[in-house]
Amino acid sequence: MTSSSVRRHKATGLAVLLVGLLATGFGYAAVTGTAQASAPTANASQIEAGKKLYLEGCATCHGLAGQGGSDGPSLIGVGAAAVDFQVKTGRMPLAQPVNQAPRKPPVYNDEEIAALAAFVASLGAGPAIPTAEQVSTENADLAEGGELFRTNCAQCHNFAGKGGALSYGKYAPSLMDATPTEIYEAMLTGPQNMPNFPDASLPEEEKQAIIKYIQNLQQGESPGGLALGSLGPVTEGVFIWTAGLGILLAAAVWIGAKVR
Amino acid sequence: MSEKTSTELATTDSFSEQPLYPLPPHRHRLTDTDPRAARRAERQVATMFVLSALLVVAFVAAYVGVDVRTTLNLGPFGVVNASNLLLGLTMGGAILLIGIGAIHWAKKLMSDEEIVDERHPLGSPKEDQDEALAEFQTGLAESGFVERKIVRRSLIGALLLFPVPLIVFLRDMGPTDVNVLRETLWKKGDRILVDITLQPLRPEDLIVGTLVSASPEGLNEVQEIEHTQNARAKASIILVRMKPEEIRSQQGQGWDYQGILAFSKICTHVGCPIALYQQRTHHLLCPCHQSTFDLADSGNVVFGPAARQMPQLPITVDEEGYLVAADGFQQPVGPSFWERG
Repeated sequence: MTSSSVRRHKATGLAVLLVGLLATGFGYAAVTGTAQASAPTANASQIEAGKKLYLEGCATCHGLAGQGGSDGPSLIGVGAAAVDFQVKTGRMPLAQPVNQAPRKPPVYNDEEIAALAAFVASLGAGPAIPTAEQVSTENADLAEGGELFRTNCAQCHNFAGKGGALSYGKYAPSLMDATPTEIYEAMLTGPQNMPNFPDASLPEEEKQAIIKYIQNLQQGESPGGLALGSLGPVTEGVFIWTAGLGILLAAAVWIGAKVR
Repeated sequence: MSEKTSTELATTDSFSEQPLYPLPPHRHRLTDTDPRAARRAERQVATMFVLSALLVVAFVAAYVGVDVRTTLNLGPFGVVNASNLLLGLTMGGAILLIGIGAIHWAKKLMSDEEIVDERHPLGSPKEDQDEALAEFQTGLAESGFVERKIVRRSLIGALLLFPVPLIVFLRDMGPTDVNVLRETLWKKGDRILVDITLQPLRPEDLIVGTLVSASPEGLNEVQEIEHTQNARAKASIILVRMKPEEIRSQQGQGWDYQGILAFSKICTHVGCPIALYQQRTHHLLCPCHQSTFDLADSGNVVFGPAARQMPQLPITVDEEGYLVAADGFQQPVGPSFWERG
């Protein structure tokens, strides 16, 4: 017993090495395999077209290889979802360096955006553009969405999704024009100063619930009457202290005025 | 009259027959002189009352006829509930028209006689004052308050002591048991659960830039006991992940876990919950008074009225790989309090 355990076979070391290498290889293949599966299906010509567009419109700030620079962050690993969000909402390309890229009409058409997204996705694995099925709110729970929205989103985007101010001229934009895909992409990628909410901490069905709640807000129904921008006590206070009190004062003056 | 000072006016008992200043001449209203104007005013008042009655009928019709789910698009005023709008307009209008009609009636048609009612001095006449004083003196003498010293002194003593219970009650206003303010639910080994879903978290669930609002695992058990809201409020935290090299300083050595930092969610100014995290600048901005904390730099205040850094919770992972508190908070969370020093 003792002698056999001490004097190992010559081939033991080799066998251990082989098993280790095989396990690593298969493990790596498994990991990268799933990553590729989640990436969008892009063909070489689309990536090539995207690269051309990228070099014309984006490389000045984000670098020739998407490595980033002093004017723009690295795009390696941001994924197709980030490109789709930024370019489709017109935030990119940026007209001039500002604290926050505003929403504006998109510069590129859908085909060009898809090409750009395919190119940036080819730079490094990142979140893919969510499918129609992923952003479907058919089975989503509206009430749960409201709860999740108030916990995770309302602090910046306002309880009614109207947006709000951040520091140094930055702001959380209004969600009134955001499409389900844009909302999903924003949660996934965390554009600009927004934190990201990956599927591990905020699973797909919870994202769908939040989208359903935002859609409900976008319908803009205000059962309580005039919402005054849903900005809370400031606008409501200004209104009632000026218009409301003004009407009361005018009525008092009219009641007390002498008649001719 | 004009030489008299105001004190003389106040003490005088005689009511002057003449007003202190000349009154403007009485001017008759148009409705007093012109019968046609009077009839017109009459018609106006009656119209308002009839309109009010019609609005009440419209109210009932709107209540019965308009589905509560119907909405109306009012352009710049937004989309409002049609039922609420109509009920409000009809009922408000009905009340308003009765009011306006009544005032219009009073102003145009009711008698327009002007009456002058002079103010008179507020004090009682001299003889009444003397009589009251004399009665008080008689009462004082008859009660024996002056002669019976022991009664008087014991009464004064009792009255002096009477406020003591009120002062004792003030004790209830504080100080409270300040240890409640120093401690939170967090203790070593508590799992960090995502708010609402109550899922435990693994480090790989957060990527760089992720923000998570979270609570300790024991919170649900506390919910049956008193002060749930206090426990929940004090224990609320946020988790953020940044690149480890971006962390310039922390409140304790190795309190992060691979770049994941846990901070109290409660502003150290007046206790608003904060989760306005800007992932590029690592700033945490309080929406109440714009206090800004740099989470990459020990949670120190970079702007605003907050006086203290945001308390950091040391975290690690347990043997199953879930994120847990490595210890409780090392300083009180939330706003300052007197005993904190």
